[in-house]
Amino acid sequence: MENDQDKLLGEVTSGEYKYGFVTDIETEVIPKGLNEDVIRVISAKKEEPEWMLEFRLKAFRHWQTMKLPKWAHLNIPEIDFQDIIYYAAPKQKKRPDSLDDVDPELLKTFDKLGIPLEEQKRLTGVAVDAVMDSVSVKTTFRETLAEMGIIFCSFSEAVKEHPSLVQKYLASVVPYTDNFFATLNSAVFSDGSFCYIPKGVRCPMELSTYFRINASNTGQFERTLLIADEEAYVSYLEGCTAPMRDEHQLHAAVVEIVAERGAEVKYSTVQNWYPGDKDGKGGIFNFVTKRGICKGDDSKISWTQVETGSAITWKYPSCILRGNNSTGEFYSVAVTNNYQQADTGTKMIHIGRNTRSTIVSKGISAGFGQNSYRGLVKVLGKAEGARNFSQCDSLLLGDKCGAHTFPYIEVDNPSAIVEHEATTSRIGEDQIFYCNQRGISTEDAIGLIVNGYAREVINKLPMEFAVEAQKLLQISLEGSVG
Amino acid sequence: MQSEFLLQIKDLKASIDNKEILRGLTLEVKPGEIHAIMGPNGSGKSTLANVLTGREIATVTAGTVTFEGKNLLEMSPEDRAREGIFLSFQYPIEIPGVSMVNFMKTAINEQRKHRGLEPLSASEFLRQMREKKELVEIDSALTNRSVNEGFSGGEKKKNEIFQMAMLEPRLALLDETDSGLDIDALRIVANGVNKIRRPDTSVIVITHYQRLLDYIVPDYVHVLYDGRIVRSGGPELALKLEERGYDWIRKEADVSEETWTTDRK
Amino acid sequence: MDYRPEVIERLTELWEGRDKGILKGSPELYNRYRAEAFTEFLRLGIPDRKNEAYKYTNLEKSFGYRYEKYFSPRPDDFREAERFHCEVEDLDVWNMVLLNGFFPRGDEGLAMLPGGIWVGSMRAAAKQFPSLVEKHYNRYAQNEKDGLVPLNTALATDGLFLYAPKNTVYTKPIQIVNLLHTTQDIFSQDRNLVVVEEGAQMSLLVCDHAISPQHYLTNTVTEVYVGRNARFEIIRVQNQHNDSGKITHTFIHQERDSYASSNNITLHGGLVRNATWHRLNGENAETHSYGLFLADKHQHIANFVKVDHAAPNCNSTQLFKGVLDENATGAFNGRIMVHKDAQKTNAYQSNNNIILSDTARMDTKPQLEIYADDVKCSHGATVGQLDENALFYLRSRGIDAREAKLMLMFGFAHDVIKNISIEALRERIDHLVLQRLRGELSRCASCAIQCN
Ligand SMILES: Nc1ncnc2c1ncn2[C@@H]1O[C@H](COP(=O)(O)OP(=O)(O)OP(=O)(O)O)[C@@H](O)[C@H]1O
Ligand SMILES: [Mg+2]
Repeated sequence: MENDQDKLLGEVTSGEYKYGFVTDIETEVIPKGLNEDVIRVISAKKEEPEWMLEFRLKAFRHWQTMKLPKWAHLNIPEIDFQDIIYYAAPKQKKRPDSLDDVDPELLKTFDKLGIPLEEQKRLTGVAVDAVMDSVSVKTTFRETLAEMGIIFCSFSEAVKEHPSLVQKYLASVVPYTDNFFATLNSAVFSDGSFCYIPKGVRCPMELSTYFRINASNTGQFERTLLIADEEAYVSYLEGCTAPMRDEHQLHAAVVEIVAERGAEVKYSTVQNWYPGDKDGKGGIFNFVTKRGICKGDDSKISWTQVETGSAITWKYPSCILRGNNSTGEFYSVAVTNNYQQADTGTKMIHIGRNTRSTIVSKGISAGFGQNSYRGLVKVLGKAEGARNFSQCDSLLLGDKCGAHTFPYIEVDNPSAIVEHEATTSRIGEDQIFYCNQRGISTEDAIGLIVNGYAREVINKLPMEFAVEAQKLLQISLEGSVG
Repeated sequence: MQSEFLLQIKDLKASIDNKEILRGLTLEVKPGEIHAIMGPNGSGKSTLANVLTGREIATVTAGTVTFEGKNLLEMSPEDRAREGIFLSFQYPIEIPGVSMVNFMKTAINEQRKHRGLEPLSASEFLRQMREKKELVEIDSALTNRSVNEGFSGGEKKKNEIFQMAMLEPRLALLDETDSGLDIDALRIVANGVNKIRRPDTSVIVITHYQRLLDYIVPDYVHVLYDGRIVRSGGPELALKLEERGYDWIRKEADVSEETWTTDRK
Repeated sequence: MDYRPEVIERLTELWEGRDKGILKGSPELYNRYRAEAFTEFLRLGIPDRKNEAYKYTNLEKSFGYRYEKYFSPRPDDFREAERFHCEVEDLDVWNMVLLNGFFPRGDEGLAMLPGGIWVGSMRAAAKQFPSLVEKHYNRYAQNEKDGLVPLNTALATDGLFLYAPKNTVYTKPIQIVNLLHTTQDIFSQDRNLVVVEEGAQMSLLVCDHAISPQHYLTNTVTEVYVGRNARFEIIRVQNQHNDSGKITHTFIHQERDSYASSNNITLHGGLVRNATWHRLNGENAETHSYGLFLADKHQHIANFVKVDHAAPNCNSTQLFKGVLDENATGAFNGRIMVHKDAQKTNAYQSNNNIILSDTARMDTKPQLEIYADDVKCSHGATVGQLDENALFYLRSRGIDAREAKLMLMFGFAHDVIKNISIEALRERIDHLVLQRLRGELSRCASCAIQCN
């Protein structure tokens, strides 16, 4: 019985990565290595204004004084930052004005990834910014959105077209000195999405960015800035994949969210970077800084993430709850299989009165995977009536993996109520037996149980993503269940 | 001047989070009377019990409540209890670490102090515990534990009636004390209430079922609907409700503006 | 300004004068570890808040103070100690009083209690049971990150030795009363060893009191070996004044089928940090770690626990609670570590805290680190207030609000106390806690200090 289960587990978790192909397209790259000149080159290629270059250089100089953080429960191999290409772009004449100008190879690539860029092919509910390597390829539905005053474009365009907005908000949530990877990003970031929802506007469609790494030896450093003005609402999705390569590739992104009074931002991620092969060869190093600020009263930021990819994941989408009655949420499912490692969680900083936060984290470890939840709930002295509830569960599939929980709770206000609960367990034999008894095979039972386990989080995703996430979960665990 | 009523509720309004739950409720109870309050889920029965015992979940916005001629709404929860109001909770809470014995001893002696009596001697207290335990056939194993901790649903309800026996209230509010009880336990609990009751003890029974009223026979039955008593009658009203449900009452009682508008749509 | 270099300088002076000081009269068995330990201490230093284990504990208040003596002066007068009666006096225990870490009247021999259990000083133990001591001394107090452990190994001169040979059982608790009574401000270190051999059973009650108003800092290391199928229980009652600092490190090493429990009850103390390490080294062992503190004024109370599941089929629980009032701060740092092959582990950890004032603060870090899959581990932590619903329930039975709060706080605390297996002691501690909650100074009756 045990053995059967192990075998099944093996079968279920050895699923193939389905997005591992490489697009054959001419790519413009700059030489490997990082120094001030490289930064100048990147900035020049992007035709950036002086202030942007200054920002990059400031960050770079600061970065040189910093060291790779060691506190996470991760085994990070030596990364040679001089052995990385910091800019790679599919060769295109210019940023295409219409779809006809986009290289058909590129269109095909995104088609294959299930992200058609032709608006008529898209489900009408989603606008996409497609980013390959260091540049944005195409942003759909821009005009439709513009009619409502919504700005949704690539970051590079925003720098040119909306400099005052960018200058006002860039690095206002994640300062360029924040941490090793955010600082690196500030120096070399390539492209990403920019989004501004004006006062009182509810964005009528899901906005989404699809990130694709294609070129080899390159790092991806995107930067996303989302601003919801007073009483605005937006739901934003992020997806990502990369080809299968034997080398590790670095991804160090920064996402900043600002929610003004009464605004609400939902940010959903389905992270499916190439995880490396079953022996731990290759895979993306995913070091991401994501943070939002509930600046105004009654605002809300909600993070939902399904993390199935990457060889190493290091990310803590956080909320600074500064406005009174503001709300922060974090819902996460993280899967580590084979030799994947994840150290992920959140920070909820309660500053305003009656601030609320909810944390639901579900870790699933299989193979030799190591999965850690790391979270901070901090209630400052003035955060009268603050309330947090955290639930962090870990599920272990197999006896060579690990699951860890590192919550930090700091409470400086007597009227606060903070509750943290966590459990670690494996799928109960009695649960499987119960399913067997009802005629369900062990493999299906495990699928059912894992899905049920992750349901609470998956349910928070927009419909279209939820289905995809569920499939992804199954695939990434294929061959590991028992 | 002594009023003939033990409890007088006049035009009581109370809301939770600005939502009006009790919307002008009037009820008078004389010493020794048994009143049953029935009504659909969410109609405000427990809210009434909360308001009478001083739980601050609901805010009283209008109306008066007098108990033995005194303004009840001004009193703290503990003073109301010491004056003789007892609530058997619909959902008794578990209090880990607080032993039943210590809890009961404190409660009884506080009440005695309020009445100008000496604290009970340990032996007298234990004697009473024993006697009252038998009355409701509650297991000693339970009274040796912490308050309600790990008790089954039925055991919690028995424990409520045991406490009622210990405290001998003037007015007992029984909020769905019958729910969660098996047939034997129902009989024991109901008969327990009858035994505890002195001729001048008044009882307000909140229940959904006739079966409890078979034992504790009410003098009056009221239907609470949408925060108001919309119908009162004798024991036969309960039988009628059991038979016909609340629909007919709903039809008769739906006079609220909201319903009126929807009807016109 | 960093206060530490100066303290380290003073300790180094002490170390340099070792030939006339600490080494004198101290057995070679202990001396042989000192040099290496001191080097290790210099390497690690005095832990600061960059050290994860001390993230929420600032030792400056205690370590930064300039003590007149950096190791305890040997008292020449034990009359004070003999006059002292612990509040737990009517307990049926075997009792011994230590003054500033020394044994009465220079009597350093070991006493044998009925049933064959040995009690006495570490110095005497080195003479009487050299091979046993050699086998266990400095074996379990291994911690690569805390400089205060090697500091103790380097500089402690004596402490308590307890030895329960194979299959010996002593049913009464052994009570050790640690008194601090000096005319000077002192820093003292004691080093203790408890060996409970296969099939033996013993309970130990340690009461810490400071009976004179001087400033104190104590850094205690206790190593405990619990052999196969042996049983050991340790209860600490800490009741010191606000100018005293108390740092304890207790290392409990357990073999298969053994049982151990540790209970730290902190009623008073300026700065208290109790670190308890449980290592489950053999199958089917069981261990429990409990802690309760009641803190007010500017007190800081920290509990650090690590339960190491190094073998399969073991059970562990951690239950720590704190009540914080006024400007008190509290910290909890607990970890369950399940090693790779420790299958069928059951581990539970819980930390609950009640904050009563605007200015009190609690930080908690309950952690799980798990490398085996067939395990049941869970933890929970809460920081909050008394349960409003429970409060109402009590009040609805006529109990006044103040009393009801007290009852709830007491119930909250009793949850920890109820795990003490010795009934008389449990009742006594319940009583002490209640007194403390009522704001009465629950200090020993014989204590003359009116400390605030
Ligand atoms: N703490 C609370 N917060 C918000 N709403 C509440 C609260 N307590 C009660 N309510 C609402 O007040 C209304 C009346 O509730 P109440 O508990 O008094 O009903 P009830 O008549 O006792 O119902 P049942 O028969 O189900 O016990 C309901 O709509 C309920 O949802
Ligand atoms: Mg009810």
